[in-house]
Amino acid sequence: MNQPMLEVANLNVYFGEGGDIFQAVDSVSFKVKKGGSYGLVGESGSGKSTVLRAISGLIADWDGRICVEGEVLEPKREKAFYRKMQMVFQDPYASLHPRHTVDRILSEPLGLHGIGDVETRVLKALDDVGLGKAFRFRYPHQLSGGQRQRVAVARALMLEPQILLLDEPTSALDVSVQAEVLNLLSDLRTERNLTYLMVTHDLAVVAHMCEEIAVMSHGKVVEVMSVEQMRRSEPKEAYTRELLMASKGYDPEFFAGEAV
Amino acid sequence: MNLDTQQSPETAAPKQSLKAWLNSDVPASRFQANMVQLYSGWLKLVANPLAFLGFLILVGLLASAVFAPWLATADPVAQDLAARLTPPGTDGFILGSDELGRDIYSRIIYGSRITLLIVTLVAVTAPVFGLLVGTFAGYLGGWADEVLMRVTDVFLAFPKLVLALAFVAALGAGIENAILAISITAWPPYARIARAETLTIRNSDFISAVRLQGAGTLHIIVRHIWPLCLSSIIVRMTLDMAGIILTAAGLGFLGLGAQPPMPEWGAMISAGRKFILDQWWVATMPGLAIFIVSLGFNLLGDGLRDILDPKKSKS
Repeated sequence: MNQPMLEVANLNVYFGEGGDIFQAVDSVSFKVKKGGSYGLVGESGSGKSTVLRAISGLIADWDGRICVEGEVLEPKREKAFYRKMQMVFQDPYASLHPRHTVDRILSEPLGLHGIGDVETRVLKALDDVGLGKAFRFRYPHQLSGGQRQRVAVARALMLEPQILLLDEPTSALDVSVQAEVLNLLSDLRTERNLTYLMVTHDLAVVAHMCEEIAVMSHGKVVEVMSVEQMRRSEPKEAYTRELLMASKGYDPEFFAGEAV
Repeated sequence: MNLDTQQSPETAAPKQSLKAWLNSDVPASRFQANMVQLYSGWLKLVANPLAFLGFLILVGLLASAVFAPWLATADPVAQDLAARLTPPGTDGFILGSDELGRDIYSRIIYGSRITLLIVTLVAVTAPVFGLLVGTFAGYLGGWADEVLMRVTDVFLAFPKLVLALAFVAALGAGIENAILAISITAWPPYARIARAETLTIRNSDFISAVRLQGAGTLHIIVRHIWPLCLSSIIVRMTLDMAGIILTAAGLGFLGLGAQPPMPEWGAMISAGRKFILDQWWVATMPGLAIFIVSLGFNLLGDGLRDILDPKKSKS
Protein backbone atom coordinates (compact mmCIF):
# COMPACT_ATOMS: atom_id res chain seq x y z
CA MET A 1 0.00 0.00 0.00
CA ASN A 2 2.96 2.27 0.60
CA GLN A 3 4.16 1.81 -2.89
CA PRO A 4 3.69 5.02 -4.88
CA MET A 5 1.42 4.88 -7.91
CA LEU A 6 3.83 6.89 -9.95
CA GLU A 7 7.45 7.47 -9.23
CA VAL A 8 9.85 9.63 -11.19
CA ALA A 9 13.51 9.65 -10.26
CA ASN A 10 16.35 11.66 -11.79
CA LEU A 11 14.45 12.27 -14.98
CA ASN A 12 16.41 14.08 -17.68
CA VAL A 13 14.83 14.97 -21.01
CA TYR A 14 16.80 16.17 -23.99
CA PHE A 15 15.82 17.90 -27.19
CA GLY A 16 17.96 18.00 -30.30
CA GLU A 17 20.98 15.87 -31.02
CA GLY A 18 24.74 16.09 -31.54
CA GLY A 19 26.29 19.38 -30.54
CA ASP A 20 22.94 21.15 -30.56
CA ILE A 21 21.51 19.35 -27.57
CA PHE A 22 19.26 21.04 -25.05
CA GLN A 23 18.35 19.61 -21.69
CA ALA A 24 14.76 20.59 -20.99
CA VAL A 25 14.36 18.64 -17.75
CA ASP A 26 17.19 18.24 -15.26
CA SER A 27 17.06 15.36 -12.74
CA VAL A 28 13.48 15.77 -11.65
CA SER A 29 12.22 13.38 -8.97
CA PHE A 30 8.85 13.05 -7.30
CA LYS A 31 6.35 10.46 -6.10
CA VAL A 32 2.61 10.40 -6.39
CA LYS A 33 0.71 8.12 -4.05
CA LYS A 34 -2.26 6.08 -5.14
CA GLY A 35 -5.36 8.21 -5.35
CA GLY A 36 -3.28 11.30 -4.84
CA SER A 37 -3.18 14.48 -6.83
CA TYR A 38 0.15 16.05 -7.55
CA GLY A 39 0.75 19.41 -9.12
CA LEU A 40 3.71 20.56 -11.18
CA VAL A 41 3.84 24.32 -11.20
CA GLY A 42 6.09 26.71 -13.03
CA GLU A 43 6.26 29.40 -15.60
CA SER A 44 6.16 28.75 -19.34
CA GLY A 45 9.23 26.89 -20.53
CA SER A 46 10.09 25.48 -17.13
CA GLY A 47 9.83 21.93 -18.49
CA LYS A 48 6.70 20.86 -16.66
CA SER A 49 4.78 19.75 -19.76
CA THR A 50 7.89 17.97 -20.99
CA VAL A 51 7.93 15.88 -17.82
CA LEU A 52 4.36 14.87 -18.56
CA ARG A 53 5.13 13.99 -22.15
CA ALA A 54 8.10 11.86 -21.11
CA ILE A 55 5.96 9.98 -18.59
CA SER A 56 3.20 9.42 -21.13
CA GLY A 57 5.66 8.11 -23.70
CA LEU A 58 5.23 10.88 -26.27
CA ILE A 59 8.88 11.85 -25.86
CA ALA A 60 11.34 8.97 -26.05
CA ASP A 61 14.58 10.86 -25.53
CA TRP A 62 14.96 10.74 -21.76
CA ASP A 63 16.88 8.91 -19.08
CA GLY A 64 16.25 8.29 -15.45
CA ARG A 65 13.57 6.16 -13.87
CA ILE A 66 9.83 6.25 -14.32
CA CYS A 67 7.85 3.66 -12.38
CA VAL A 68 4.16 2.95 -12.38
CA GLU A 69 3.11 0.76 -9.44
CA GLY A 70 6.71 -0.30 -9.03
CA GLU A 71 7.04 -1.30 -12.67
CA VAL A 72 9.88 0.43 -14.50
CA LEU A 73 8.83 2.01 -17.81
CA GLU A 74 10.92 1.99 -20.97
CA PRO A 75 10.81 4.89 -23.43
CA LYS A 76 8.88 2.63 -25.80
CA ARG A 77 5.55 1.52 -24.36
CA GLU A 78 3.49 -1.61 -24.61
CA LYS A 79 -0.09 -1.28 -25.74
CA ALA A 80 -1.33 -2.44 -22.34
CA PHE A 81 0.41 0.51 -20.70
CA TYR A 82 -2.10 2.91 -22.20
CA ARG A 83 -4.90 1.23 -20.29
CA LYS A 84 -3.18 2.29 -17.12
CA MET A 85 -2.37 5.87 -17.94
CA GLN A 86 -4.07 8.48 -20.08
CA MET A 87 -3.59 12.15 -20.69
CA VAL A 88 -5.80 15.21 -21.10
CA PHE A 89 -4.27 17.87 -23.28
CA GLN A 90 -4.09 21.57 -22.77
CA ASP A 91 -5.97 22.84 -25.79
CA PRO A 92 -9.30 21.15 -26.43
CA TYR A 93 -9.42 22.92 -29.79
CA ALA A 94 -6.37 20.95 -30.92
CA SER A 95 -6.77 17.64 -29.14
CA LEU A 96 -9.91 16.40 -30.93
CA HIS A 97 -9.78 15.22 -34.54
CA PRO A 98 -11.72 17.83 -36.53
CA ARG A 99 -13.29 15.27 -38.86
CA HIS A 100 -14.35 12.72 -36.28
CA THR A 101 -17.65 12.75 -34.45
CA VAL A 102 -17.70 12.55 -30.68
CA ASP A 103 -18.95 8.99 -31.10
CA ARG A 104 -15.94 8.02 -33.17
CA ILE A 105 -13.52 9.82 -30.85
CA LEU A 106 -14.86 7.94 -27.84
CA SER A 107 -15.23 4.53 -29.43
CA GLU A 108 -11.77 4.53 -30.98
CA PRO A 109 -9.82 3.59 -27.83
CA LEU A 110 -12.29 0.74 -27.27
CA GLY A 111 -11.73 -0.52 -30.79
CA LEU A 112 -7.96 -0.30 -30.44
CA HIS A 113 -8.01 -2.41 -27.31
CA GLY A 114 -10.67 -4.81 -28.44
CA ILE A 115 -13.18 -3.80 -25.79
CA GLY A 116 -16.75 -4.63 -26.70
CA ASP A 117 -20.03 -3.14 -25.61
CA VAL A 118 -19.13 0.08 -27.39
CA GLU A 119 -22.52 1.74 -27.51
CA THR A 120 -23.31 1.50 -23.79
CA ARG A 121 -19.80 2.53 -22.84
CA VAL A 122 -19.87 5.59 -25.08
CA LEU A 123 -23.25 6.67 -23.76
CA LYS A 124 -22.14 6.14 -20.19
CA ALA A 125 -18.93 8.06 -20.75
CA LEU A 126 -20.88 10.99 -22.18
CA ASP A 127 -23.16 10.86 -19.19
CA ASP A 128 -20.26 10.71 -16.74
CA VAL A 129 -18.75 13.93 -18.01
CA GLY A 130 -22.06 15.73 -17.99
CA LEU A 131 -22.79 15.61 -21.71
CA GLY A 132 -25.97 13.91 -22.80
CA LYS A 133 -26.42 11.50 -25.66
CA ALA A 134 -27.42 14.47 -27.80
CA PHE A 135 -23.73 15.19 -28.20
CA ARG A 136 -22.86 11.76 -29.50
CA PHE A 137 -22.82 12.51 -33.21
CA ARG A 138 -21.60 16.08 -33.06
CA TYR A 139 -18.35 17.22 -34.56
CA PRO A 140 -15.86 19.04 -32.34
CA HIS A 141 -16.47 22.34 -34.14
CA GLN A 142 -20.09 22.16 -33.02
CA LEU A 143 -19.02 22.16 -29.37
CA SER A 144 -17.84 24.91 -27.05
CA GLY A 145 -14.41 24.83 -25.44
CA GLY A 146 -15.74 23.43 -22.18
CA GLN A 147 -17.75 20.74 -23.96
CA ARG A 148 -14.71 19.79 -26.01
CA GLN A 149 -12.62 19.44 -22.89
CA ARG A 150 -15.33 17.24 -21.39
CA VAL A 151 -15.13 15.05 -24.48
CA ALA A 152 -11.35 14.93 -24.08
CA VAL A 153 -11.75 13.88 -20.44
CA ALA A 154 -14.30 11.23 -21.48
CA ARG A 155 -11.89 9.91 -24.09
CA ALA A 156 -9.09 9.70 -21.54
CA LEU A 157 -11.37 7.70 -19.25
CA MET A 158 -12.63 5.26 -21.91
CA LEU A 159 -9.87 2.79 -21.14
CA GLU A 160 -10.50 3.13 -17.39
CA PRO A 161 -6.96 4.21 -16.54
CA GLN A 162 -5.76 4.61 -12.98
CA ILE A 163 -3.52 7.57 -13.66
CA LEU A 164 -4.57 10.69 -15.47
CA LEU A 165 -1.97 13.17 -16.67
CA LEU A 166 -3.49 16.63 -16.94
CA ASP A 167 -1.58 19.12 -19.05
CA GLU A 168 -3.01 22.49 -18.05
CA PRO A 169 -6.52 21.19 -18.69
CA THR A 170 -8.22 24.51 -18.11
CA SER A 171 -5.79 27.14 -19.32
CA ALA A 172 -7.42 27.36 -22.76
CA LEU A 173 -10.90 27.80 -21.30
CA ASP A 174 -12.57 30.93 -20.06
CA VAL A 175 -12.89 31.46 -16.34
CA SER A 176 -16.51 30.43 -15.88
CA VAL A 177 -15.92 27.12 -17.64
CA GLN A 178 -12.63 26.46 -15.85
CA ALA A 179 -14.40 25.87 -12.55
CA GLU A 180 -16.89 23.44 -14.15
CA VAL A 181 -14.15 21.34 -15.69
CA LEU A 182 -12.08 21.37 -12.51
CA ASN A 183 -15.07 20.27 -10.45
CA LEU A 184 -15.75 17.52 -12.94
CA LEU A 185 -12.16 16.36 -12.63
CA SER A 186 -12.21 16.33 -8.83
CA ASP A 187 -15.55 14.48 -8.79
CA LEU A 188 -14.22 11.85 -11.17
CA ARG A 189 -11.14 11.43 -9.02
CA THR A 190 -13.13 10.71 -5.88
CA GLU A 191 -15.59 8.44 -7.70
CA ARG A 192 -12.97 6.33 -9.41
CA ASN A 193 -10.03 6.70 -7.06
CA LEU A 194 -7.90 8.10 -9.84
CA THR A 195 -4.37 9.39 -9.45
CA TYR A 196 -3.75 12.78 -10.98
CA LEU A 197 -0.55 14.40 -12.09
CA MET A 198 -1.39 17.92 -13.08
CA VAL A 199 0.69 20.53 -14.79
CA THR A 200 -0.32 24.13 -14.55
CA HIS A 201 0.93 27.65 -14.14
CA ASP A 202 -2.20 28.67 -12.31
CA LEU A 203 -1.68 28.43 -8.55
CA ALA A 204 -5.37 28.82 -7.81
CA VAL A 205 -6.05 25.68 -9.84
CA VAL A 206 -3.36 23.79 -7.97
CA ALA A 207 -4.74 24.93 -4.64
CA HIS A 208 -8.14 23.64 -5.68
CA MET A 209 -7.04 20.34 -7.15
CA CYS A 210 -3.82 19.09 -5.64
CA GLU A 211 -2.50 17.89 -2.32
CA GLU A 212 1.14 18.30 -3.04
CA ILE A 213 3.00 20.46 -5.47
CA ALA A 214 6.44 20.72 -6.98
CA VAL A 215 7.61 24.06 -8.24
CA MET A 216 9.71 23.88 -11.39
CA SER A 217 12.02 26.42 -12.91
CA HIS A 218 14.42 25.99 -15.83
CA GLY A 219 13.94 22.24 -15.88
CA LYS A 220 14.63 21.70 -12.19
CA VAL A 221 12.35 21.15 -9.25
CA VAL A 222 13.00 24.15 -7.03
CA GLU A 223 10.73 23.29 -4.16
CA VAL A 224 8.27 20.64 -3.06
CA MET A 225 5.53 21.63 -0.65
CA SER A 226 2.10 20.70 0.49
CA VAL A 227 -0.90 22.69 -0.56
CA GLU A 228 -1.40 23.91 3.04
CA GLN A 229 2.06 25.40 2.99
CA MET A 230 1.29 27.11 -0.25
CA ARG A 231 -2.03 28.46 1.00
CA ARG A 232 -0.26 29.91 4.01
CA SER A 233 2.30 31.36 1.60
CA GLU A 234 5.26 29.82 3.36
CA PRO A 235 7.66 29.12 0.57
CA LYS A 236 11.26 28.44 1.40
CA GLU A 237 12.69 29.41 -1.95
CA ALA A 238 12.88 32.87 -3.44
CA TYR A 239 11.59 31.65 -6.78
CA THR A 240 8.46 30.20 -5.23
CA ARG A 241 7.85 33.44 -3.40
CA GLU A 242 8.06 35.35 -6.67
CA LEU A 243 5.66 32.91 -8.28
CA LEU A 244 3.20 33.31 -5.41
CA MET A 245 3.48 37.06 -5.66
CA ALA A 246 2.91 36.98 -9.37
CA SER A 247 -0.18 34.83 -8.95
CA LYS A 248 -1.78 37.55 -6.87
CA GLY A 249 -1.73 39.83 -9.86
CA TYR A 250 -0.03 43.14 -10.29
CA ASP A 251 1.07 44.58 -6.98
CA PRO A 252 2.12 48.23 -7.19
CA GLU A 253 3.74 48.18 -3.75
CA PHE A 254 5.90 45.21 -4.63
CA PHE A 255 7.15 46.91 -7.75
CA ALA A 256 7.54 50.26 -5.99
CA GLY A 257 9.80 48.58 -3.45
CA GLU A 258 11.72 47.00 -6.29
CA ALA A 259 12.41 50.36 -7.93
CA VAL A 260 13.97 51.94 -4.85
CA MET B 1 -39.67 10.20 -31.66
CA ASN B 2 -40.16 8.62 -35.04
CA LEU B 3 -42.19 5.85 -33.57
CA ASP B 4 -44.62 8.32 -32.05
CA THR B 5 -45.25 10.07 -35.31
CA GLN B 6 -45.79 6.84 -37.15
CA GLN B 7 -48.18 5.45 -34.60
CA SER B 8 -50.55 8.37 -34.44
CA PRO B 9 -52.94 8.17 -37.40
CA GLU B 10 -53.30 11.88 -38.17
CA THR B 11 -49.58 12.49 -38.76
CA ALA B 12 -48.17 13.33 -42.13
CA ALA B 13 -47.11 10.89 -44.82
CA PRO B 14 -43.97 8.74 -44.25
CA LYS B 15 -42.03 11.12 -46.48
CA GLN B 16 -42.41 13.87 -43.89
CA SER B 17 -41.04 11.66 -41.17
CA LEU B 18 -38.17 10.58 -43.40
CA LYS B 19 -37.25 14.22 -43.76
CA ALA B 20 -37.48 14.72 -40.02
CA TRP B 21 -35.37 11.61 -39.56
CA LEU B 22 -32.75 13.04 -41.91
CA ASN B 23 -32.78 16.44 -40.24
CA SER B 24 -32.58 15.09 -36.71
CA ASP B 25 -30.25 16.97 -34.39
CA VAL B 26 -30.01 13.94 -32.16
CA PRO B 27 -29.37 10.91 -34.35
CA ALA B 28 -30.12 7.69 -32.55
CA SER B 29 -27.69 5.43 -34.38
CA ARG B 30 -24.51 5.62 -36.40
CA PHE B 31 -26.42 4.79 -39.54
CA GLN B 32 -28.78 7.69 -39.00
CA ALA B 33 -25.86 10.00 -38.19
CA ASN B 34 -24.20 9.06 -41.46
CA MET B 35 -27.41 9.58 -43.37
CA VAL B 36 -27.93 12.97 -41.73
CA GLN B 37 -24.39 13.88 -42.75
CA LEU B 38 -24.98 12.69 -46.30
CA TYR B 39 -28.28 14.53 -46.51
CA SER B 40 -26.78 17.79 -45.29
CA GLY B 41 -24.00 17.37 -47.88
CA TRP B 42 -26.64 16.87 -50.53
CA LEU B 43 -28.49 20.00 -49.38
CA LYS B 44 -25.25 21.95 -49.60
CA LEU B 45 -24.64 20.64 -53.10
CA VAL B 46 -28.12 21.65 -54.19
CA ALA B 47 -27.74 25.04 -52.55
CA ASN B 48 -24.57 25.72 -54.55
CA PRO B 49 -25.87 26.19 -58.12
CA LEU B 50 -22.49 25.99 -59.84
CA ALA B 51 -21.41 22.85 -58.03
CA PHE B 52 -24.79 21.33 -58.72
CA LEU B 53 -24.39 22.18 -62.41
CA GLY B 54 -21.04 20.38 -62.36
CA PHE B 55 -22.70 17.44 -60.65
CA LEU B 56 -25.43 17.36 -63.32
CA ILE B 57 -22.85 17.43 -66.11
CA LEU B 58 -21.10 14.42 -64.62
CA VAL B 59 -24.41 12.61 -64.14
CA GLY B 60 -25.02 13.36 -67.82
CA LEU B 61 -21.62 11.89 -68.72
CA LEU B 62 -22.41 8.79 -66.72
CA ALA B 63 -25.86 8.48 -68.28
CA SER B 64 -24.55 8.84 -71.83
CA ALA B 65 -21.93 6.18 -71.14
CA VAL B 66 -24.47 3.77 -69.68
CA PHE B 67 -27.23 4.39 -72.20
CA ALA B 68 -25.01 4.92 -75.25
CA PRO B 69 -26.73 2.29 -77.44
CA TRP B 70 -30.11 3.96 -76.87
CA LEU B 71 -28.95 7.55 -77.10
CA ALA B 72 -26.83 7.17 -80.23
CA THR B 73 -28.61 7.58 -83.54
CA ALA B 74 -26.09 5.61 -85.58
CA ASP B 75 -23.27 3.11 -85.28
CA PRO B 76 -20.24 5.14 -84.17
CA VAL B 77 -17.87 3.32 -86.53
CA ALA B 78 -20.19 2.87 -89.55
CA GLN B 79 -18.74 4.76 -92.51
CA ASP B 80 -20.78 6.45 -95.20
CA LEU B 81 -18.42 8.05 -97.68
CA ALA B 82 -21.27 9.61 -99.63
CA ALA B 83 -22.21 11.65 -96.55
CA ARG B 84 -18.72 12.71 -95.48
CA LEU B 85 -18.23 16.08 -93.78
CA THR B 86 -21.94 16.89 -93.65
CA PRO B 87 -22.56 20.07 -91.64
CA PRO B 88 -24.49 19.87 -88.34
CA GLY B 89 -28.26 19.80 -88.59
CA THR B 90 -28.39 17.92 -91.87
CA ASP B 91 -30.94 15.13 -91.58
CA GLY B 92 -29.57 12.15 -89.70
CA PHE B 93 -26.47 14.02 -88.53
CA ILE B 94 -27.34 16.22 -85.52
CA LEU B 95 -23.73 17.34 -85.04
CA GLY B 96 -22.56 16.65 -88.57
CA SER B 97 -20.33 13.88 -89.86
CA ASP B 98 -16.58 13.45 -90.08
CA GLU B 99 -14.23 12.74 -92.95
CA LEU B 100 -15.41 9.14 -93.21
CA GLY B 101 -19.10 10.00 -92.96
CA ARG B 102 -19.42 8.77 -89.35
CA ASP B 103 -22.04 10.45 -87.19
CA ILE B 104 -20.19 12.77 -84.78
CA TYR B 105 -23.05 12.82 -82.25
CA SER B 106 -23.02 9.04 -81.91
CA ARG B 107 -19.25 9.01 -81.71
CA ILE B 108 -19.29 11.54 -78.89
CA ILE B 109 -21.92 9.53 -77.02
CA TYR B 110 -19.88 6.34 -77.34
CA GLY B 111 -16.70 8.28 -76.63
CA SER B 112 -18.06 9.18 -73.20
CA ARG B 113 -17.48 5.55 -72.26
CA ILE B 114 -13.79 5.87 -73.04
CA THR B 115 -13.55 9.20 -71.27
CA LEU B 116 -15.25 7.76 -68.22
CA LEU B 117 -12.94 4.75 -68.27
CA ILE B 118 -9.85 6.95 -68.43
CA VAL B 119 -11.10 9.27 -65.70
CA THR B 120 -12.18 6.48 -63.36
CA LEU B 121 -9.05 4.39 -63.72
CA VAL B 122 -6.75 7.36 -63.27
CA ALA B 123 -8.83 8.59 -60.33
CA VAL B 124 -8.60 5.28 -58.48
CA THR B 125 -4.88 4.83 -59.05
CA ALA B 126 -2.87 8.06 -59.13
CA PRO B 127 -4.35 9.93 -56.13
CA VAL B 128 -4.45 6.79 -54.00
CA PHE B 129 -0.83 6.01 -54.71
CA GLY B 130 0.18 9.63 -54.19
CA LEU B 131 -1.72 9.75 -50.91
CA LEU B 132 -0.01 6.57 -49.75
CA VAL B 133 3.48 7.79 -50.60
CA GLY B 134 2.93 11.31 -49.29
CA THR B 135 1.37 10.43 -45.95
CA PHE B 136 3.91 7.74 -45.16
CA ALA B 137 6.79 10.02 -46.10
CA GLY B 138 5.35 12.86 -44.06
CA TYR B 139 4.45 10.83 -41.00
CA LEU B 140 7.49 8.58 -40.78
CA GLY B 141 10.02 11.29 -41.61
CA GLY B 142 13.74 10.60 -41.63
CA TRP B 143 15.01 8.07 -44.13
CA ALA B 144 11.61 6.96 -45.40
CA ASP B 145 10.77 10.57 -46.17
CA GLU B 146 14.06 11.16 -48.00
CA VAL B 147 13.76 8.08 -50.17
CA LEU B 148 10.08 8.47 -51.02
CA MET B 149 10.29 12.16 -51.79
CA ARG B 150 13.45 11.84 -53.94
CA VAL B 151 11.66 9.21 -56.01
CA THR B 152 8.76 11.64 -56.30
CA ASP B 153 11.15 14.36 -57.41
CA VAL B 154 12.54 12.12 -60.13
CA PHE B 155 9.04 11.60 -61.50
CA LEU B 156 8.23 15.30 -61.20
CA ALA B 157 11.38 16.28 -63.08
CA PHE B 158 10.13 14.80 -66.34
CA PRO B 159 7.55 16.60 -68.46
CA LYS B 160 4.32 14.65 -68.06
CA LEU B 161 3.65 13.89 -71.69
CA VAL B 162 7.24 12.84 -72.40
CA LEU B 163 7.24 10.44 -69.46
CA ALA B 164 3.85 9.07 -70.50
CA LEU B 165 5.19 8.65 -74.04
CA ALA B 166 8.16 6.69 -72.77
CA PHE B 167 5.92 4.40 -70.75
CA VAL B 168 3.48 3.82 -73.60
CA ALA B 169 6.37 3.16 -75.96
CA ALA B 170 7.70 0.59 -73.52
CA LEU B 171 4.33 -0.99 -72.71
CA GLY B 172 2.88 -0.86 -76.21
CA ALA B 173 0.23 1.40 -77.72
CA GLY B 174 -3.40 1.21 -76.63
CA ILE B 175 -5.88 2.91 -74.35
CA GLU B 176 -5.16 0.71 -71.30
CA ASN B 177 -1.46 1.40 -71.43
CA ALA B 178 -2.15 5.07 -72.02
CA ILE B 179 -4.22 5.14 -68.83
CA LEU B 180 -1.48 3.35 -66.92
CA ALA B 181 1.11 5.78 -68.25
CA ILE B 182 -1.03 8.76 -67.26
CA SER B 183 -1.47 7.38 -63.74
CA ILE B 184 2.25 6.83 -63.40
CA THR B 185 2.92 10.43 -64.35
CA ALA B 186 0.01 11.93 -62.39
CA TRP B 187 0.72 10.74 -58.83
CA PRO B 188 3.70 12.91 -57.75
CA PRO B 189 1.69 16.13 -57.19
CA TYR B 190 -0.70 14.18 -54.96
CA ALA B 191 2.22 12.85 -52.96
CA ARG B 192 3.53 16.38 -52.49
CA ILE B 193 0.16 17.70 -51.33
CA ALA B 194 -0.38 14.76 -49.00
CA ARG B 195 3.08 15.13 -47.49
CA ALA B 196 2.63 18.85 -46.91
CA GLU B 197 -0.72 18.25 -45.23
CA THR B 198 0.71 15.43 -43.13
CA LEU B 199 3.56 17.59 -41.88
CA THR B 200 1.11 20.14 -40.54
CA ILE B 201 -0.99 17.44 -38.84
CA ARG B 202 1.57 14.96 -37.51
CA ASN B 203 2.56 16.91 -34.41
CA SER B 204 -0.89 18.07 -33.44
CA ASP B 205 -2.41 17.09 -30.13
CA PHE B 206 -5.10 14.88 -31.58
CA ILE B 207 -2.45 12.67 -33.16
CA SER B 208 -0.58 12.55 -29.83
CA ALA B 209 -3.86 11.66 -28.17
CA VAL B 210 -4.49 8.70 -30.42
CA ARG B 211 -0.87 7.58 -29.99
CA LEU B 212 -1.53 7.58 -26.27
CA GLN B 213 -4.44 5.24 -26.84
CA GLY B 214 -1.99 2.74 -28.24
CA ALA B 215 -2.68 3.19 -31.95
CA GLY B 216 -0.05 1.99 -34.39
CA THR B 217 1.46 3.97 -37.24
CA LEU B 218 -0.75 2.41 -39.89
CA HIS B 219 -3.90 3.08 -37.91
CA ILE B 220 -2.93 6.71 -37.38
CA ILE B 221 -2.11 7.29 -41.03
CA VAL B 222 -5.20 5.59 -42.42
CA ARG B 223 -7.81 6.66 -39.90
CA HIS B 224 -6.55 10.05 -38.78
CA ILE B 225 -4.29 11.54 -41.41
CA TRP B 226 -6.03 10.39 -44.59
CA PRO B 227 -9.39 11.99 -43.79
CA LEU B 228 -7.68 15.34 -43.39
CA CYS B 229 -5.72 15.04 -46.64
CA LEU B 230 -8.65 13.74 -48.60
CA SER B 231 -10.46 16.97 -49.31
CA SER B 232 -7.46 18.71 -50.84
CA ILE B 233 -6.67 15.55 -52.82
CA ILE B 234 -10.23 15.33 -54.16
CA VAL B 235 -10.28 18.98 -55.09
CA ARG B 236 -6.93 18.67 -56.83
CA MET B 237 -8.17 15.54 -58.57
CA THR B 238 -11.27 17.14 -60.02
CA LEU B 239 -9.18 20.06 -61.20
CA ASP B 240 -6.69 17.61 -62.77
CA MET B 241 -9.33 15.65 -64.65
CA ALA B 242 -9.44 18.11 -67.55
CA GLY B 243 -5.68 17.75 -67.94
CA ILE B 244 -5.93 13.97 -67.77
CA ILE B 245 -8.52 13.88 -70.55
CA LEU B 246 -6.27 16.14 -72.62
CA THR B 247 -3.18 14.02 -71.97
CA ALA B 248 -5.12 10.97 -73.10
CA ALA B 249 -6.12 12.93 -76.17
CA GLY B 250 -2.50 13.95 -76.73
CA LEU B 251 -1.39 10.33 -76.61
CA GLY B 252 -4.19 9.45 -78.99
CA PHE B 253 -3.04 12.22 -81.29
CA LEU B 254 0.47 10.78 -81.36
CA GLY B 255 -0.97 7.38 -82.19
CA LEU B 256 -0.07 5.91 -78.80
CA GLY B 257 -3.44 6.15 -77.06
CA ALA B 258 -6.83 5.16 -78.41
CA GLN B 259 -6.52 3.42 -81.76
CA PRO B 260 -8.84 4.12 -84.70
CA PRO B 261 -11.71 3.63 -85.12
CA MET B 262 -12.25 4.07 -81.38
CA PRO B 263 -14.36 7.21 -80.88
CA GLU B 264 -12.01 8.78 -78.34
CA TRP B 265 -12.64 12.53 -78.08
CA GLY B 266 -8.98 13.58 -78.27
CA ALA B 267 -8.34 11.38 -81.28
CA MET B 268 -11.46 12.87 -82.92
CA ILE B 269 -10.10 16.38 -82.43
CA SER B 270 -6.76 15.49 -83.92
CA ALA B 271 -8.51 13.92 -86.92
CA GLY B 272 -10.67 17.03 -87.37
CA ARG B 273 -7.66 19.35 -87.18
CA LYS B 274 -7.14 18.93 -90.94
CA PHE B 275 -10.54 20.43 -91.71
CA ILE B 276 -10.71 23.04 -88.96
CA LEU B 277 -11.11 26.02 -91.31
CA ASP B 278 -13.71 24.65 -93.70
CA GLN B 279 -15.45 21.94 -91.68
CA TRP B 280 -15.13 23.40 -88.19
CA TRP B 281 -17.60 21.01 -86.56
CA VAL B 282 -15.40 17.93 -86.94
CA ALA B 283 -12.92 19.17 -84.33
CA THR B 284 -15.23 21.53 -82.46
CA MET B 285 -17.90 19.05 -81.36
CA PRO B 286 -15.61 16.65 -79.47
CA GLY B 287 -13.74 19.72 -78.21
CA LEU B 288 -16.98 21.03 -76.77
CA ALA B 289 -17.59 17.66 -75.15
CA ILE B 290 -14.14 17.77 -73.48
CA PHE B 291 -14.75 21.37 -72.48
CA ILE B 292 -18.12 20.63 -70.89
CA VAL B 293 -16.89 17.58 -68.99
CA SER B 294 -13.79 19.41 -67.77
CA LEU B 295 -15.96 22.31 -66.69
CA GLY B 296 -18.24 19.90 -64.87
CA PHE B 297 -15.30 18.42 -62.97
CA ASN B 298 -13.95 21.86 -62.09
CA LEU B 299 -17.28 23.18 -60.86
CA LEU B 300 -17.92 20.10 -58.79
CA GLY B 301 -14.39 20.18 -57.41
CA ASP B 302 -14.87 23.73 -56.26
CA GLY B 303 -18.15 22.87 -54.56
CA LEU B 304 -16.80 19.68 -53.00
CA ARG B 305 -14.17 21.64 -51.13
CA ASP B 306 -16.94 23.38 -49.22
CA ILE B 307 -19.06 20.28 -48.79
CA LEU B 308 -16.25 18.04 -47.55
CA ASP B 309 -15.37 20.43 -44.79
CA PRO B 310 -17.72 19.75 -41.86
CA LYS B 311 -16.67 23.02 -40.27
CA LYS B 312 -18.70 24.85 -42.87
CA SER B 313 -21.93 23.01 -42.12
CA LYS B 314 -24.92 25.07 -41.16
CA SER B 315 -24.97 24.49 -37.41
